Amino acid sequence: MMQTVRRMELKADQLYKQKIIRGFCHLCDGQEACCVGLEAGINPTDHLITAYRAHGFTFTRGLSVREILAELTGRRGGCAKGKGGSMHMYAKNFYGGNGIVGAQVPLGAGIALACKYNGKDEVCLTLYGDGAANQGQIFEAYNMAALWKLPCIFICENNRYGMGTSVERAAASTDYYKRGDFIPGLRVDGMDILCVREATRFAAAYCRSGKGPILMELQTYRYHGHSMSDPGVSYRTREEIQEVRSKSDPIMLLKDRMVNSNLASVEELKEIDVEVRKEIEDAAQFATADPEPPLEELGYHIYSSDPPFEVRGANQWIKFKSIS
Amino acid sequence: MAAVSGLVRRPLEQVSGLLRRRFHRTVPAALQVTVREAINQGMDEELERDEKVFLLGEEVAQYDGAYKVSRGLWKKYGDKRIIDTPISEMGFAGIAVGAAMAGLRPICEFMTFNFSMQAIDQVINSAAKTYYMSGGFQSVPIVFRGPNGASAGVAAQHSQCFAAWYGHCPGLKVVSPWNSEDAKGLIKSAIRDNNPVVVLENELMYGVPFEFPSEAQSKDFLIPIGKAKIERQGTHITVVSHSRPVGHCLEAATVLSKEGIGCEVINMRTIRPMDIETIEASVMKTNHLITVEGGWPQFGVGAEICARITEGPAFNFLDAPAVRVTGADVPMPYAKILEDNSVPQVKDIIFAIKKTLNI
Repeated sequence: MMQTVRRMELKADQLYKQKIIRGFCHLCDGQEACCVGLEAGINPTDHLITAYRAHGFTFTRGLSVREILAELTGRRGGCAKGKGGSMHMYAKNFYGGNGIVGAQVPLGAGIALACKYNGKDEVCLTLYGDGAANQGQIFEAYNMAALWKLPCIFICENNRYGMGTSVERAAASTDYYKRGDFIPGLRVDGMDILCVREATRFAAAYCRSGKGPILMELQTYRYHGHSMSDPGVSYRTREEIQEVRSKSDPIMLLKDRMVNSNLASVEELKEIDVEVRKEIEDAAQFATADPEPPLEELGYHIYSSDPPFEVRGANQWIKFKSIS
Repeated sequence: MAAVSGLVRRPLEQVSGLLRRRFHRTVPAALQVTVREAINQGMDEELERDEKVFLLGEEVAQYDGAYKVSRGLWKKYGDKRIIDTPISEMGFAGIAVGAAMAGLRPICEFMTFNFSMQAIDQVINSAAKTYYMSGGFQSVPIVFRGPNGASAGVAAQHSQCFAAWYGHCPGLKVVSPWNSEDAKGLIKSAIRDNNPVVVLENELMYGVPFEFPSEAQSKDFLIPIGKAKIERQGTHITVVSHSRPVGHCLEAATVLSKEGIGCEVINMRTIRPMDIETIEASVMKTNHLITVEGGWPQFGVGAEICARITEGPAFNFLDAPAVRVTGADVPMPYAKILEDNSVPQVKDIIFAIKKTLNI
């Protein structure tokens, strides 16, 4: 799965440079152990919400690479029919894909409230980055989650930089796992997928037992800049990026472990890579060839469950039909 | 309500039984219900009807509501369904939106809509836009409610009208009840609606009693969102308003009717989606239009109505420019004389009507 996420993100990079993807594009290569490890530690009936660096999670929560790439290229076959783009992808029990930094955290606490309200033993993984960790609304969410014992796992994906601002320049305390104050926190090696998985299992069990929220800090790293418009080298050194790549790459770490413990041979892993490449190529083909959404659908999906009505276009004579 | 009349009837029946005669059944006295009671009833009925509905906000539970609108609900439904929140608007509005995304039907109360500014990102970016951004995948069945606009003596930071701000955004529905019937029917429709609905109540109207028609006493009484009501028919001028000023318009209409001027008073009930057709049909009949609102003039509800009338078929029927009556273009002052003159008064409405009719 990590390999799929890696190749998918690299393909997105390629498509962006070819101007087939436009606007914002925040890639998560380097952080694969987080999305794949988290998913391995929970059930499909649990819930997950994150911010805008969301392509990896969109995949691990069940959407296909095809739907994801087609959404990035703004086509009708995209998971949001081309209406959302990179930052607004949704799936069952996956609430995006959120563009406003930090806003997803109270949303996640609310989803956890629904889990508790429905009494179904489900938990909500609520992710945010080291940059978002300083948002006030996160502390409001911590307070209410702890007060009401919501089954919410707050997860700080600390990749050391909030856009171009390193953690030391943004936070008076960079111990993000402690920022929850009265909420117990775990600090986790986010480059080691097994570590992430086990920590997640622990955290999920904690929440399911009704003890309330828990916090996890995943220490990870992104190879790309903040987004496709950021080369990512004005605020950090190429040496640093290289060092992480050679010593802590999550895919390499798992590969080495598996080969050294004879759990898989190098050839088997190569086969996986070949399959992944094919899947990505297929998906990219689709994402490039699929047509854009029809103009008539510009006004669709304003309201849910409503009879059709008219939406105004750029002037009073242009009208679009709106269907739920 | 039926229980109350039953209690009154039974002793009478016992007496009449003795007399071996039945009293002729007269029409029960008109039921008077305040706007506060109407909203309370509406919420109570919807809480009872659907397990997924719940209320959260500051002081809604044990305090019975800052303005007592949720009185009795916590006693009846308990902690799970009536939730007191800390003073964290952005946080609890976000929690409410998240709960709605996960399938519950929250009613999120802002103590006043002035405080909703702290949370406005959650209302607009997390609630209003989500169904569209997700290509119709993720709906957000949430109600944001609370008092809006001017109160009495609460000064600038507590008196702003948000009808224009929320009415601006696609994906939101915005309603503004005037009387008790409006309040009950609209809050029930809002709760049953699968979209984010902003319900702009009015603190000064909470204690005002209105006659409650019998249909409004039903548990399934709903007022459709997106439909205005003609409160008074008239042929000389169309007067469009929402919320408390509707009452002032009706007062003005009564005064003017003695001078032979017939005002058609339209209660918008819904700000978005706006029922422009009812306004157009009226203007095509009366040939004159004024709009009346409590909010500021620039980019306000009246401005939008005038723009749409100009763009539409009713323009050619206007015998005079459309005119707006609004709150004064200042932050709300405190001193009574200043405050009184910062909101539309009946005399201002009458003046505007006469000017428009060139009288």
